[in-house]
Amino acid sequence: MSLYSEKVMDHFRHPRNVGIIEDADGVGEVGNAKCGDIMKMYIKVKDGILTDVKFETFGCGSAIASSSMATEMIKGKPLSEALTLTNKAVTEALGGLPAYKLHCSVLAEEAVQAAVLDYYKRNNIPYDEADFKCALCAHAHDHDGEGGES
Amino acid sequence: MFVYADHAATTKIRPCALRAYEAAAQETYANPSSLHSAGQRAKEILTACREDIARALNADPREIYFTSGGSESDNQAILSAAHAGARKGKKKLISTAIEHHAVLHTLEKLQREGFEVVLLPVGGNGIVDPASLEREIDENTALVSVMLANNEIGTIQPVEEIGAICKRHGVLFHTDAVQAVGHIPVDVKAIGCDYLALSAHKFGGPKGVGALYAKTGAPLSPLIEGGAQEKNKRAGTEDLPSIAGMTAALKESIADMGATSKLLRHLQDKLIAGLSAIPHCALNGDRERRLPGNTSFCFEGIEGESLLLLLDDAGICASSGSACTSGSLDPSHVLLAIGRVHDVAHGSLRLTLGEENTEADVDYMLEKIPEVVAYLRSFSPVWRDLQQGKRAYIL
Repeated sequence: MSLYSEKVMDHFRHPRNVGIIEDADGVGEVGNAKCGDIMKMYIKVKDGILTDVKFETFGCGSAIASSSMATEMIKGKPLSEALTLTNKAVTEALGGLPAYKLHCSVLAEEAVQAAVLDYYKRNNIPYDEADFKCALCAHAHDHDGEGGES
Repeated sequence: MFVYADHAATTKIRPCALRAYEAAAQETYANPSSLHSAGQRAKEILTACREDIARALNADPREIYFTSGGSESDNQAILSAAHAGARKGKKKLISTAIEHHAVLHTLEKLQREGFEVVLLPVGGNGIVDPASLEREIDENTALVSVMLANNEIGTIQPVEEIGAICKRHGVLFHTDAVQAVGHIPVDVKAIGCDYLALSAHKFGGPKGVGALYAKTGAPLSPLIEGGAQEKNKRAGTEDLPSIAGMTAALKESIADMGATSKLLRHLQDKLIAGLSAIPHCALNGDRERRLPGNTSFCFEGIEGESLLLLLDDAGICASSGSACTSGSLDPSHVLLAIGRVHDVAHGSLRLTLGEENTEADVDYMLEKIPEVVAYLRSFSPVWRDLQQGKRAYIL
């Protein structure tokens, strides 16, 4: 299908870092099933470095590819660097996404932040809310308010 | 292996339709409105096609108007009936929640013009209740529009009963028969409709051509101005090659209908039985009252677009009503109307078979689909929550 770039299809067909981390140091889940996308990110942290990252995603091809790409981009990096990951960077690394699929890369950015935020909270590590504007406003991004239950 | 299972989207053109198309394009290419003998020859073919299409629907040739397809036919019928009704002070339009967008968007446009639009709900089986439809009809009702068969879930509506109700109340009745014509018997007199829309490419005809049946006396106004073609109801030089192709395709579809239905019912039975073995899934639409080629399922815990992409990799062409395949946030309005909640409506799969599909195609799909569903579930956080009891199964 030419809907997606080769890079997106590669990450969709062969997602990297799929699965869960049983003893994760931080877990972040964003999106909701009603909208058709849920991303769950698991991280292991040692000395401020993301030693392992895994994900599970319920969603379309670009959601799966965005999750996969995001894990690849942050694995082995310091937490501070992972927090600078933007949806734009994920999209660019994927060779672009159709306009109406950009929200999938936003979810990937949010999932990373949510997992790191969870790690900080579990360990009572002080953090700057400005670094988590995406994860903290995730409720504004999900679509619970739209349409109502049917 | 390549399996085309998206016949409700469109079909391959039948060889007989291609031959008729080519003959009209190469030999009788003159304009049917021209006075010369070549033009008159083209006009004879046009007349013969109109007679054949009319015969196929049990209509009078004077009641058949050639159009660019189902969408145009739906638009013209609804707009004509609505505006004629408005001139008599009737501004209520009744339809259903599961219509094709060619109907729904036309109704929305009329609503913005001040019409009252009532979209009736359907049951969990995807069938509208004629009694509740009758209760909605009042002296202000200009039109009832109910599709003959649904494009997503294949359910066949009780159009004959609805036609009788409309006749009793003196209300115009339009039916979008795009998915039905050429696949199940369609008789405009038995249905009792005033308008019926059909599209050629759904039954092996060319794309971009269709017809509108408008009963003698039913109001009909042109969407396109500029010439006297189609009795002043549709300007523009007739696309005779396409019309000839459509006519040949319809005649052959009807001639083969018995054998094709038998094959498709058999493949459908097998497909439904096989897919039902996948845990936590459900068939969409009524099990019996459905088009022979349509099989539609929802699978819990996965999303439809990723399912389609992986099936495509396996050589299977299918479709889905998930939001991601529609480019909008919401999944299919049809699946929502039959009571599928968003969470499971996103995980839908539509397989629509045609006469060229085989038992081997179905065996192959029954091998691949469960594999792909299981694979996607293996890393779906929704499926994990369901399995761990953190979320309740819906299906």
